[in-house]
Amino acid sequence: MKSAVVTFPGSNRERDIMHALELTCGRKPQAVWHAETSLPDVDLVVLPGGFSYGDYLRSGAIAARAPVMEAIRAFAARGGLVLGVCNGFQMLTEAGLLPGALMRNAGLTFVCREVLLETASTANRFTAGMRKGEVWRCPVAHHDGNYFADGETLARLEGEDRVAFRYAKGTNPNGSLNDIAGITNEAGNVLGMMPHPENYVDDQQTSTDGRAFFDSICVAFAAA
Amino acid sequence: MKARVTVTLKTGVLDPQGKAIEGGLAALGFAGVDSVRQGKVFDLELSGRDAQAARADLAAMCEKLLANTVIENYDIEIL
Repeated sequence: MKSAVVTFPGSNRERDIMHALELTCGRKPQAVWHAETSLPDVDLVVLPGGFSYGDYLRSGAIAARAPVMEAIRAFAARGGLVLGVCNGFQMLTEAGLLPGALMRNAGLTFVCREVLLETASTANRFTAGMRKGEVWRCPVAHHDGNYFADGETLARLEGEDRVAFRYAKGTNPNGSLNDIAGITNEAGNVLGMMPHPENYVDDQQTSTDGRAFFDSICVAFAAA
Repeated sequence: MKARVTVTLKTGVLDPQGKAIEGGLAALGFAGVDSVRQGKVFDLELSGRDAQAARADLAAMCEKLLANTVIENYDIEIL
């Protein structure tokens, strides 16, 4: 699987996700600068975590209007895989590629710790190779991860099985509605998630629980 | 021409920052504050002279960038 990771001014997890993808999928991702207007020939584009443009205005708001986003929008419309992690998830909601918004954490503080994630749905291109209902360890590090959507949108997400990840009972770190940690678009080829599975892939890290997620993306892709 | 855009959270959207400010005011002894909602104000200087055209432009700016209409409302004033 060929992948690309987009770097914005203020991104800081792009190397982590590149390392995770290379480790699990065996191929080094290409780095793409935010000012590019086209994408290389890849199967997956990742919007990494960080604080793009200093999170000015709203988290992810300026990045969502960066030149590269039009190319990503077209890529997603063609069925290409787009993954947004943390700040990347915020960008995807700001760009309208995913519904809802990520608001200030209910507890107001920046949360940087481990949570337990439940793989709530495997009905998409990213988690198809994971076990539904499985609970795994994953770090979070964010200030604006409080998922909000109106009642109608929430009902639709739940009804269409588009909540890919949920904070396991009692570990919701930010007040997200329905304990939502990650959602997909209708077609299942765009996924946004607040937690950082890329930081739990290496034997030198606290856990390797995040590997199953990346393995799933690679395997699902190989099978498609 | 000067304009002011005010962006506020929609009714029903939880505002943890507003809640914290509310608590802060109570801690300072200001009684009778029933609720605080935090918003944003943008002051713009525009080169055009046509207020009606400016309003239309400002509305487009709000829809495209200044506000996130999933959670926020906006109000435009030509000053």
